[in-house]
Amino acid sequence: MNAFIQSAGFLTSVQDLGRAGFRQSGVSIGGALDAHAMRVANALVGNEDNAAGLEATLGKLRLRFEDQRVVAWCGGAFTVRIGAADLPPGHAGLITKGEELIMTAPNAGSRAWLAISGGIDVPLVLGSRSTDLRGNFGGHEGRTLRDGDTLQLGDPAISPARMAEMFGDRKIAEWTASSAWVTTAQRDRFLRILRGPDWTRFTPAAQTALVGEPFTVTLDSDRMGARLDGSNLERVNASDLLSEAVAPGTLQVPPNGKPILLLGDCQTIGGYPKIGHVITVDLPIAAQLWAGDLVRFHEVSLAEAQQLLREREDDFARFRVGLSLQRS
Amino acid sequence: MRIEPLGDSALIIRVVDDFARDPEASLNAVLAALGYLKAAAIPGVTELAPAYTTIGVFYDPARIESADSDQAPFDFLSAKIQSILNASSFENEAEIEAPLIEIPVCYDRGLAPDLGDVARVTDLAEAEVIRRHASGAYRVSCVGFIAGFPFLSGLPPELATPRRAAPRKEVPAGSVGIGGGQTGIYPRTSPGGWNLIGRTPLRLFDVHCDPPTMLQAGDRVRFREISRKEFDSFSP
Repeated sequence: MNAFIQSAGFLTSVQDLGRAGFRQSGVSIGGALDAHAMRVANALVGNEDNAAGLEATLGKLRLRFEDQRVVAWCGGAFTVRIGAADLPPGHAGLITKGEELIMTAPNAGSRAWLAISGGIDVPLVLGSRSTDLRGNFGGHEGRTLRDGDTLQLGDPAISPARMAEMFGDRKIAEWTASSAWVTTAQRDRFLRILRGPDWTRFTPAAQTALVGEPFTVTLDSDRMGARLDGSNLERVNASDLLSEAVAPGTLQVPPNGKPILLLGDCQTIGGYPKIGHVITVDLPIAAQLWAGDLVRFHEVSLAEAQQLLREREDDFARFRVGLSLQRS
Repeated sequence: MRIEPLGDSALIIRVVDDFARDPEASLNAVLAALGYLKAAAIPGVTELAPAYTTIGVFYDPARIESADSDQAPFDFLSAKIQSILNASSFENEAEIEAPLIEIPVCYDRGLAPDLGDVARVTDLAEAEVIRRHASGAYRVSCVGFIAGFPFLSGLPPELATPRRAAPRKEVPAGSVGIGGGQTGIYPRTSPGGWNLIGRTPLRLFDVHCDPPTMLQAGDRVRFREISRKEFDSFSP
């Protein structure tokens, strides 16, 4: 059964949790820029964590479904409706045959992740259904969606009869995920960072500026990285570095002194010095950044960052158990 | 050897200190270390990414099994890596078995828009640039930047040419370029700032192959000069 893209919006692509295992060949991890949001949305509709969904940038998305499905979304401050009913973030909604799902432009933030029960059944390419927009492979024909596209959906784990029973006479389920997971557009954008491998290559003034001053996201930002404007982050000396691994979250600084916060589609290796690294649990906030946004950095310890990540994973495991009890 | 965190879910192993002193030995040491880490298959480690003197190790901190719950996953993992690599004599590893791959390259002017610039910068005749580039013995230092792009070491030093001041928006797939002291091949049409001196008709990256890249870190590479006619009629 299919989903029909009536309006593809500004930039919508099929994404799962990314293409791990091919960095040695130069293939980016890619996937949903907020992988946690994709996982939570998938859990809400009864999918495996890694099922493929949609990443919508700036919304304006309209979809119609050929059969009954459960949908859920997480991300920026969008309004999503199923017909006339409002579907808040982090809630499962029942969508019946022929009904329309509409996502407006956001009031804050920039991206949203939509999960559909059964997932989007595009072919696995190098082990993933994600669209690699630079390499033009994976996802739906290796490209962003266009008006009029048809997406094939997988078979939902929950039968239509059970689905209807679960929802009763409501369209929107009452159970929900933690608001911090489902609403990630922040007014005051604080990103916690660790010192990067090249921290000491920067002047004390640059180190102070990074954690003391705000930076503005510039227009030439994309899924590879958010380019930031602010104080020039100067280096102690300009010696050339050999390229080495970088990762989503890396704050690298080209010779112009303006940091780039790397996101999911970033290159696998880079030669610019790495002054810092945004911690994994704050990548969802980074994934909402858009041109004009102000962002500040705050330093934490590696032990704290890893503790926060372990706690989130424990919470997510409990959330999964809670959902399955809800449905049994 | 040093191990440094790259954020909270990756780390970088600095296997050797200086690549330039002995690129061959550096690469052998990195590849040997990579082999030991692959064989160890440490639970929670998701990917290994070698480049020049380093190996990027990507891991899931929630899946690193440290016996002591107070120990941070990074501390546990870096100690584990230390013990695996200390037990191995990779630093004195002899020549690693590496395949030799021949890449046909056409240096026809029509496919080599920057040949004139390279000749001027290096103060060599164009034919001499071609002769020296085509007769070099190369090795893949790493694959990256874009999917399937091989960075080759072994460029005759006199051919080194700085990258172009303004990168091209579109470099054709198969283009062979010189960027500083390295040479490389663009696996697909993409933006790029290297000086283009030829083109191969081979397809270096194919998502339907496993591995998707024709060249892997450590491989030895030789170029074989082909005519324009051979280039145009090439079918892989």
